[in-house]
This record gives sequence, C-alpha cells and structure tokens, in this order.
Amino acid sequence: MKRNRVVLVFLILLALTNTCLYFLNRGKGLAVLVTGKNYLLEMLSILPPILILVGLFEVWVPRPVIERAMGKTSGLRGILVSCVLGTAAMGPLYVAFPIGLSLLRKGASLFNVAIFLCVWASIKIPMIFFEIKFLGADFALLRLALTIPSILAISSLLNLILKRSLSHEKI
Amino acid sequence: MFSLIVWIFAVGMLLFSFLKNKDKTAKSLKVSWKFFCSMALLVLLTIWAIGFLVAFLPSAFISKTIGRNAGIEGVVLAALFGSVVLIQAFIAFPLAGSFLRQGASVTAIAAFVTTLVMVGVLTVPLEVKFFGKKFTLWRNSLSFIFAIVIALLMGVILR
Repeated sequence: MKRNRVVLVFLILLALTNTCLYFLNRGKGLAVLVTGKNYLLEMLSILPPILILVGLFEVWVPRPVIERAMGKTSGLRGILVSCVLGTAAMGPLYVAFPIGLSLLRKGASLFNVAIFLCVWASIKIPMIFFEIKFLGADFALLRLALTIPSILAISSLLNLILKRSLSHEKI
Repeated sequence: MFSLIVWIFAVGMLLFSFLKNKDKTAKSLKVSWKFFCSMALLVLLTIWAIGFLVAFLPSAFISKTIGRNAGIEGVVLAALFGSVVLIQAFIAFPLAGSFLRQGASVTAIAAFVTTLVMVGVLTVPLEVKFFGKKFTLWRNSLSFIFAIVIALLMGVILR
C-alpha cells in the first residue's frame, strides 16, 4: 500500500491548500468543497454496485476460464466467447497481453487475437455503467456503437499489414 | 434513477450468486472490498482535485484548448493526452465529465476517453515483449487514428 501513502500525502496537501484558500477567499474555498461534495455524492451513488459487479465477475469469470473457452475452439465461436467473457473481466489492457499471447500459441489467428485485445481494452460492462453515469447515456452508447465496427476495422487492417510485412521479411 | 437501475442489477446478481454458491459470493465481496481499498483514496483525491479545477481553471481556457472552437488541434491534443496517461476509468470518467461541463467539446472528450483505453504509450515496452514491434506499433497507431474517427463522428452526431 505504498501508493496509498503517496496519495494520502497529496490528500493532506489538498486539505491544507483548501483551508488556506478558505481563509484567503471564503467563496472560492467553499466552492471547491461544494463541487467536491457533489462529485462525491455522485460517486457514492454508483460506486458500490459497480464494485459488487467487479467482484462477482472476477470470481465467476476468472482469467483461466476465458483462456479455456478460447482454447477449445480457436475459430469464430471461440473468439466470440472469449470476447464476451473479456467484457466481464476487469483489468487494464496489459493484463490481457499474456492471455492474447497464449491464445496466439494455441492457434488463434492474428485477426482474432487483435479483436480480443481491442475488446478487452475498450469494452467493459461495469465501466459502461460508469461512463453512462458521468458522461451521459447518449455519449456512452454511441461511443460503444462506434467502437465495435472500429475494432473490426483495426483488426482486419492489422492482419493485412502484418501478413504483408511478414512475407516481405521472408524475401 | 440510472444509479437505481445499476443498484437493482448488481444486488440481483449478488443474490443470484449467493443462491448458487455462498463461498464464491463471499469471495467476490472480498474482491470488491480489496478493490475499493486500493482505489478509495485515489478517487477521493481526484474528486477534490476536480473541485479545485472547476474553481480555478477558467471555462474560457478549457473551451479555447479543447472546446468546440478549438478545431482539430484540440481533438488531437485530447487524444494525445489519453494515449500517454495511464489512469483508471474510475478516475477518468468523472474527470472527463467535469471537463465536458466546463466547456470541452464532445469530440475532444470522446477522443480522450477512447485513446485512454485503446492506446497505451507507457505500456508499449510491455506490448512489444509479448507481440513484437510491428504489431505494437500498428495496433497503437491504428487505434489512435480510429479513436479520432470515432470522436469526430460523435461530434457530428451529438451536435
């Protein structure tokens, strides 16, 4: 919890700054606190259920399950299953790197692995709720709707480019 | 209202999980708690920082740099920022929301959020280790380009 200690130091600094500010300029000092309080309330209204979901997903859909689902059928069905499971799993993109590599080794195509990585990075069910809360349903859902075709395009282009460059290397 | 739906959904899932397997459900709550402890202070810090940001960063500055009239430079700036920083969505979404309310354009915010999740400059060395230079370079550049495309489309559609 070393990082937490650093964060705590910053929190204390903010508290001190806020106190000084309050004495120098009452209005501003209070304004900072009011904005913070509003965000805190918004956060508290959505955070607990999101945390519950994160915990449930982590326990019911652990990483080995995702790999196994992919391992059995490395075809289209396998990738679909692992993508859907990937939206439940938490963790930033670099958590998915080892999974992606093991999928590649198990014979999944580059196209499929690219899709898996992109989906893992950008589509997370708990995070969609979070995005709707803070950026609005229009924003979150439209971004999701545009992200899916983009992932397909990125993965096919990636597949095309890397295939060509690989054959160049062989020449 | 929306929060209520998420609450009902989460509690419903929790109940279902509890009926299926009590041990796993207890474990999941432990995971939730651990996750909460790892991020609570950071979230508090972000929220407080947003308070300062709103009080001191003039809206005029935000709308000039990443607002509707900032043009493509503002969008690219937001996209570059999203590519470089490595922050959790728990912090990024409230922050992005406050920028949006302060006069940032939908396009810039969409570019920031999209590159934040899809492009990772700081994790490039790690990605290279797993997938090689070419894959990493192309995946990140293509993701960057598409993030801008997504952002521009969103700007047009959401006015």
